[in-house]
Amino acid sequence: MATQTSEAQDSQSIISIRGLTKVYKGGHEALKGIDLEIREGEILALLGPNGAGKTTLISSICGLVTPTAGSVTVGGHDIIRDYRATRSLIGLVPQELTLGAFDIVRDTVRFSRGLFGLAPDEDKLDGLLSDLSLLDKKTAMVSRLSGGMKRRVLIAKALAHEPRILFLDEPTAGVDVELRKDMWKLVEKLRQDGVTIILTTHYIEEAEEIADRVGVISDGRLLVIDDKASLMNSLGRKQLSVELKTGIDVLPESLKPFDLELSADGQRLTYTYETRSERTGITALLQAVSDAGLGLKDLNTHQSSLEEIFVNLVHSEDGKVKP
Amino acid sequence: MNVQAVKAIYFNEMARTRKTLLQSIASPVISTVLYFIVFGSAIGSRIESVEGVEYGLFIVPGLVMLSLLTQSISNASFGIFFPKFTGTVYEIMSAPISSFEIVMGYVGAAATKSLIIGTIILITASFFVDLRIAHPVWMVLFLVMTCIAFSLFGFIIGLWADNFEKLQLIPLLVITPLVFLGGSFYSVNMLPEFWQKVTLLNPVLYLVSGFRWSFFEVSDVSVTLSLFMISGFLLACLFVVWLMFRTGYKLKQ
Repeated sequence: MATQTSEAQDSQSIISIRGLTKVYKGGHEALKGIDLEIREGEILALLGPNGAGKTTLISSICGLVTPTAGSVTVGGHDIIRDYRATRSLIGLVPQELTLGAFDIVRDTVRFSRGLFGLAPDEDKLDGLLSDLSLLDKKTAMVSRLSGGMKRRVLIAKALAHEPRILFLDEPTAGVDVELRKDMWKLVEKLRQDGVTIILTTHYIEEAEEIADRVGVISDGRLLVIDDKASLMNSLGRKQLSVELKTGIDVLPESLKPFDLELSADGQRLTYTYETRSERTGITALLQAVSDAGLGLKDLNTHQSSLEEIFVNLVHSEDGKVKP
Repeated sequence: MNVQAVKAIYFNEMARTRKTLLQSIASPVISTVLYFIVFGSAIGSRIESVEGVEYGLFIVPGLVMLSLLTQSISNASFGIFFPKFTGTVYEIMSAPISSFEIVMGYVGAAATKSLIIGTIILITASFFVDLRIAHPVWMVLFLVMTCIAFSLFGFIIGLWADNFEKLQLIPLLVITPLVFLGGSFYSVNMLPEFWQKVTLLNPVLYLVSGFRWSFFEVSDVSVTLSLFMISGFLLACLFVVWLMFRTGYKLKQ
């Protein structure tokens, strides 16, 4: 016991993934050696296009897919040797709305709790259903619920055994705005309780809005993982657009060093700079524009969003892969 | 041992039975009554006794076996096939539960249901004929072992089947003929010698024979052999299930 706790404290990570590889029977290599440390209590968003390997990664950790190579520990336990210990810690909300057609909301949530080894607890059940605005649907048949309500039931099932780690696989795919807001409220509440949350998405706003850290997966590889803020900082670029009073055909010689882009109509200069650098060169640029005798009409800055960062990363990866 | 999980699966399955009570319980009772009317009263009244047992009485163990086998298989196969079909099996596969516990939950529930049906059929039969059971302990032993063995067999079919057609295929094409040709409604001695030998290859014969012996002390093969066969079948099914889970057969990729 003692060694396990100290190990967990040392690394501060609740999930350790080393060299995780999965080759499906047909030969498709879904994961190509993923290394990832997930910290206790964080919200980690895994971004990636469809078929990137996000679901395979989650499924491997949860025991639905047998890894071809590599190792995963959850709370210091190996997911294969100590599967009882690791799976007890994990709740999984799958991507598809998979629910038995004839189940009653209350029964199916109770069933989930039992599967994970806990005795029924009516108070906890009611509390959970009320958190998810499902209390009035307690005795409803699952098949009669709307898609959004079914999603809530799946979350209730995943949380029924009070897991320390929650996986949300594409939680907001096809979900209305109201439920999405409710879901983020719930995620926030879970975070306050110390639950580690891993969500996959291809909606960048989602990651931007809620995650502490963002990982980008493409073609079975983890391209980057970083704090959301520093990811945006390090990879983010800002652009300054200078609208001119009168258009120009060619850049004046004095402006050449700034590496500007002149729009086709000659009305706009675009200057790209790194947000992390101390000296952005904006002052010098504006001075030079003014010295060149160009009149300013308007100034605009634009920061690249996570989406652009993401597209850039995935595309440059494509570039590398192609011969 | 995750006792709560076994209980959860078991009671979830039993609840499914309750929801389909009419279909689960009423249909075997109705078909038994029909068999009694047709074979027992209408045709049976013209048949002399078989091996010293009145025909209406003679068919009771066979009728129970017929229902037991088909019900055990259909219950257990559907129990595991349905979560596979809807995708809800993900939850069972990601739960801290061993394959043995999964089997205990599903097969236990299916076998329980079959036992209930078998008992109901025996009670129904007692309204038509003067039922006597010579060896009640043996009778219960055969009943329980058959329920467990064929629920296991059904579980295997449910794991193997990836569509509804396959789910029906084995019960329809294999089990029903085996039961009808396994001496459920006749004594093997009534067949020509050649067909008697062929029938010995039918595993169901041993079940029916042993079960019938526990009622009337009349059997086609020795009761020890019957017990040996049913035990062997049970163990073989257990082994196949174990193999399937070990390789993650159709459940895990």
